[in-house]
Formats: sequence, C-alpha cells, structure tokens
Amino acid sequence: MGPTRSTSRDLERYAGLFASRTRVMKSSAMRDLMAVTARPEVISLAGGLPDTSTFPPSTFADVACRVAAESCAKALQYGPTEGLRETMACIAEVMAAEGTHVDVDDMVVTTGGQQGIDLVTKTLIDPGDVVVAEAPTYPGAVPTFSSYQADVVQIELDADGMRVDLLEQALDRLEREGRRPKFIYTVPTFQNPAGVTMSLERRRRLVEIAHARELLVLEDSLLRYEGEAVPSLYSLDGGVYVMYLGTFSKILSPGIRLGWVVAPPPVLEKINQGKQGTDLCTSTLSQLMVQAYFQEVRWRDYVDSLTQLYRARRDTMLDALAEFFPPQAEWTRPRGGLFIWATLPDFIDTTDLLARALRDNVAFVPGEQAYLDGRGRNAMRLNFSAQGSIREGIRRIGKVVQEQVALYGTLTGQEQPPRRPRAEPGEGGRVVSFPERRRRAGGT
Amino acid sequence: MSRVAVLKGGSSLERLVSLRSGARVEDALDRLGHESLSIDVGPDLVERLQDEAPDVAFVALHGPGGEDGTVQELLEILGIPYTGSGVAACIRSMDKVLTKHLLLEAGVPTPEFFAFNETAFQGLGAAALPAIERRLDFPIVVKPAAQGSALGVKFARTPADVPAALVAAFSYDTKVLLERYVKGRDLAVSVVEGAALPVVEAVPHEEDFYDFEARYEIGRTTFVCPAELPEPVTARAQALAVGTYEALGCYGVARVDIMLEEDTSELFVLEANAIPGMTETSLLPQAAEAAGISFDGFVERMLELAFERDESTFAGT
Repeated sequence: MGPTRSTSRDLERYAGLFASRTRVMKSSAMRDLMAVTARPEVISLAGGLPDTSTFPPSTFADVACRVAAESCAKALQYGPTEGLRETMACIAEVMAAEGTHVDVDDMVVTTGGQQGIDLVTKTLIDPGDVVVAEAPTYPGAVPTFSSYQADVVQIELDADGMRVDLLEQALDRLEREGRRPKFIYTVPTFQNPAGVTMSLERRRRLVEIAHARELLVLEDSLLRYEGEAVPSLYSLDGGVYVMYLGTFSKILSPGIRLGWVVAPPPVLEKINQGKQGTDLCTSTLSQLMVQAYFQEVRWRDYVDSLTQLYRARRDTMLDALAEFFPPQAEWTRPRGGLFIWATLPDFIDTTDLLARALRDNVAFVPGEQAYLDGRGRNAMRLNFSAQGSIREGIRRIGKVVQEQVALYGTLTGQEQPPRRPRAEPGEGGRVVSFPERRRRAGGT
Repeated sequence: MSRVAVLKGGSSLERLVSLRSGARVEDALDRLGHESLSIDVGPDLVERLQDEAPDVAFVALHGPGGEDGTVQELLEILGIPYTGSGVAACIRSMDKVLTKHLLLEAGVPTPEFFAFNETAFQGLGAAALPAIERRLDFPIVVKPAAQGSALGVKFARTPADVPAALVAAFSYDTKVLLERYVKGRDLAVSVVEGAALPVVEAVPHEEDFYDFEARYEIGRTTFVCPAELPEPVTARAQALAVGTYEALGCYGVARVDIMLEEDTSELFVLEANAIPGMTETSLLPQAAEAAGISFDGFVERMLELAFERDESTFAGT
C-alpha cells in the first residue's frame, strides 16, 4: 500500500513543522494570477526562456556520442565538488572571450547560475543581514534572498546602471544604523530585468567602494548582441572583492543546468563546503557534455546565431512598443539580455493590468516582482527571447494600456473623453443614487 | 456510492484555490466510498460530462465562470444534479452590486455604496469624482463588482486616490463598486442548510488593514473560531448571515463576509460567496469543524442536498 493521498494532503498536518524561512514573499493573489499565465492560449512575454529550438539536434547527438565513447564511466560517476578541470577550462575560455581572465583554481562549477546565487547567499548571509541589490533586481534572486531571510536594500538604476551615488548614501545610512551589508548583488551588463548596462565610470567607482568598505560584490552577467564589451567588475577589481557569476543557460542551454562562480579562495572554500551539503557536485554528465561540445563545434558560432536571433526579436519588440504603447510609456533599449523593462504612468498598477491583459490572452511579469519593498507597481518586464508572437503580444498589451490611460484621463478631466454615441441609460449605466437609504443601513 | 464529477480549476483568477478545494473534496469522496472524477474545467467540459455521465457534480469552482451561474446553467441543461446554489443565487452573489441591492431590500445592513460601469464613467468624465465625494464619506474601498479574490480591491483615502483605484478595478470587471470603508473587525459566517455556523474572525498580524491582498494570507492573519464576541453580537452576525443567504436564495451553503464597525459596534454585510473555499485553511471548513461537522460529513451532506433538489425538480431559486 502506498501512502494515503487523502491524509497526506492536509496542510495543517505539517504547517507547524515548516521553518520560518519558508514564508514566501509573494501573496497568494499574485500566485493565482501568475498561474493563469500558463494557459496555452496565452501569448506569454512573462518567461525568460532562451530559444532552444535552433540548437542543431545533430550536434546534440554528436556531443552525446562523444561522451559515451570517450568518458562513459566518468560521466556516470560522482565528480569533485568544485567541478571538472576541463570544464573549468571551457569556462575560462568563455570569460576570456569577453575580456575577463580567470584562474581555474578560483572557480566552482554550479548547477546553473541560480545555484551560484544560492550558494553565495548561503555562505554570507545570516538572518537579518543586509544584501544590496538593484531596483529592480532579477526576480529569480528574490526568493533566494527571502529564503535566507536577508534584508534586501534596493538601489535605483538609470540608463547607466546602478546609481552608485545612491549606493554610497545607502551604505552610509546602514553604517549609521550599525548594519553592515555583506554583499552587493548586481547585474551590471544588460541588467535583468531593466536591460541597462553600467557605465565604465560607475563600475570603477563601485569597485573602489567595495575596496574602501571591504564589501563583496556578486557580478551576474548576460549575453551581449552588439556594442563594445564594457570591462567586467571582476576584471577591474582583479578578483579581490568581486565574485563573478556565469551561466551556460544563455550561450548553450538552460536544460544542461551549468553555471559557475569565481570568488576569492577563502570565500570559494566556504562556497564549496556549502555546495557539498547541497548536492556534492554538479552533474558530471552535464560537465562532460559541455567539454565535448567545446571540442565538437565552435561554441561562438551558436552564440552568434543566438545573438542575431534575439537582436531581431528585440527589434521586433521595440518596433511594436513604438507602434502600440502610448506616449506616456517609457522602455529600455537593451543591447543584450532577454528583457525590456517598460514603465507606465504611475496611476497604472501592472498587477491589475495583467489581470486585464489575461482576458486578451497575453502575459508579462508585473514590475513589483523585481522588488522586495513594494515598488515597481507601474512597471513590467517583457521577454523577447522565447518563441511566440511578439508583435501581437505587444499590440494586445498596448491596447489595454491605452484604455487605462484614456479612462484615467477621462476621470481626472485631463483629457477630453473620447466621443461616443450616446448610450441608452441601460443596466448599470446610471448613477445609483443612495441618499435616503444611507442612515437606514443600521436596521434590520 | 455515486459517481461524482468534481469540477475544479477553470480559468478564473481563483484557479489555484479551486484546485486545492477540489482535491480536498476528492479525498473526502474517496474516504466516503464514492467514485470521484476529477475535471479541470476547460472548453471540453460538456464533452467530458457527456462521456463520463456522472450521477452528480460537486462544484468546487471559485470566481467568474464557476461561481457566477455559468457552470450551474450548463449542468441543468445536461440534467446533472449539482451541489450548492442554483443559477440565480450564483448570479446574485457573484455580483456584489446586485447583492447589496437585494440586502437593502431585505433590510440587511450593508455599507453605503455607489456602482458604476465603465460607460457611465466615460459619460460622466471628470464629473464622476465630485458626485462620489458628495455621496460617500471617505475613506472608501473600490472593488470590481465580480471578483472573488482580493485582486483589484483598492483603498481610497481621499477623492484623489479614486481615479487610479477605478482604473485598477476596471481591469477585472466592467462594473465597479465604491463602498464606504468600514473600519473594524473582519468576520465571516458560513451558512449550511439555512443555519449559521460559528463566527470566524480574521485577525491581521500587522496593522496593514489596507493591504487587502495580505488579509487572508496564511502567516499574516490569525483565524479565530469561534470569534471572541459578546453573545448578542454573535447572534446578530449569524442572523444577518442567514438573512443574506435567504435574500440571495442560496441553497446548501454560503459564506457571508461581515464587518463589525469599531466606532459604532454595528454589523455590516459586505458580500456573500456561493461557493466558499474548501481548502484546509479556508474559513468554511474551520467553522464547520467548530460546529462539530467533519469535512467528510459536510461533503456527503452537500451531495444529498444536490439529489434532493433534483428530485423535487426545484432548480434553484
């Protein structure tokens, strides 16, 4: 006999056993709303999925055959916690291509970039410790920070990335309050979700601040389509205070679940201890697949094909935004990454807008999910990398935004109401007057 | 033993709660020895019901589509007995504005309100706000007329907050309710077969009265059942709940949400739910348990009532 479904499902049976860190930030209303975005008829600009449909199946087969022929037993075995040296060499090659040179001894191969965020947070954060992040920040980092009960302080961004002047103010304030931040989490290049890139000047300043205040920085990065590479924080810092977080998800495949963290050796040692407790080692099979892939083909060719694909989709989305969004809306024009961040007039709440948009079968991520402090309610994250009807999706969202802008204009008298044929005063179309009943409301 | 189709899920914003309600009902049906057919309501609903030919349908849907009479109408056409209120009572309770008019007619107190549809607002334009201000004391609550969850419910401290609140509420429905905000204690009274169960009080942990989404959040609210109230207040809350159930013509079960105003100690009915949540943390099962009714016993009784209504060809009021 298996377990009895009917008794194992009762939440109250287990509720008293849960750790306080399992208390999630997201309201159940928000979870309900996001659940509806998964309906098949919905054009979803909400996800962040790379398009894996262009990966050649023959390459996959060749890679798998090579692993089977050359290292079958090794692929099926445990590996070292920090990862396989040959995989680390591939990682060093990827980083060198963007101008960042690293020593494989300073590296740990992780189960996706997400595990890197998790392990760094696990290593550095006690409940109540401060993490500094951008505002908005990567929505996927929010549950990680929450689960370690970090107190997240978010610093505004502009077109040149994190406002380091505001960062300094916040650090001063925290110092006065006797709270010491443990690390600064930043996506300086093609920020997720905002799409902006931190200027070289600010990068230099951020590294100076980290040195002066002895703070760690976790640098997360995304794929570039065009323009010159800006030096990474890691290369500017020389690996003293900056930790680098990378992933194969965008340049090869998210399904392979491979990422990495580069960190100063004492920090790395603690991260490795943490990883031992989490999963002993990253999948050896995945690591050998990456090695074989790097031997089999020129990895940059596929990256080039992806950047062309995403660049074209980004342009489609930018054109559609210009065509369908009202003049009151603003959006970023990223030169890399997978997302555009749009900001609407502040009277629009994008969580409510999403409910309306879902009636027209289109979805996006409401901006508040990129914040831990309730901000971002008039913003939205739009993904352009996934397969789907980008233009039609933006047209539908634009239509509901236009409707809400017009309605607000009408209500506040800021704009002439659109001319409409005079409607019959039908059901619900009249003002329900209620004067004489008001005081009656107390009686039965 | 009956073949019971459990209708759950659907595409409303309360889909997740409905799936959990439905799963819990299915578990109870298993324990009771019935055969349960799990149906996630989608475009193939009619086809599935015709193929499966269940003896009875347990409606565990929440929100527009399931709680508004649509599915009930379909079940009547197909001749399948179903649990809970009939078409008309569902329509009445899903529409908060209609509910409030019926309450007033029945002499059940409900906070002063205004209702508008979008066309009316377009027509009134900027004249709408002064009209609201003249007739309602601020602060007010702005709600979509037909939305079961807390989504789209906004608090407006001053008239200046109203336009954005209306824009939000119109995201969910073409009709919007503006209601005087009643500050006080949050009560819920479930009614089963016309009799009130013990009162449940939702006590928010923080003083964030205005964050409606947080109101019924596990971990942010403590539920007290039976609520600690003076006996006459309990009796009156229960009487108002039964009055609401009757005014709307509910059948079998309903949950009535009531505010106990802090300043006046008066009770006001806010709304009724024809298909209350049935998850382990929902208010109806808590109240039933406090009244000594087990969840399984409740589910069995709902099925019996479905058959009874069908036999008397009483297709809901």
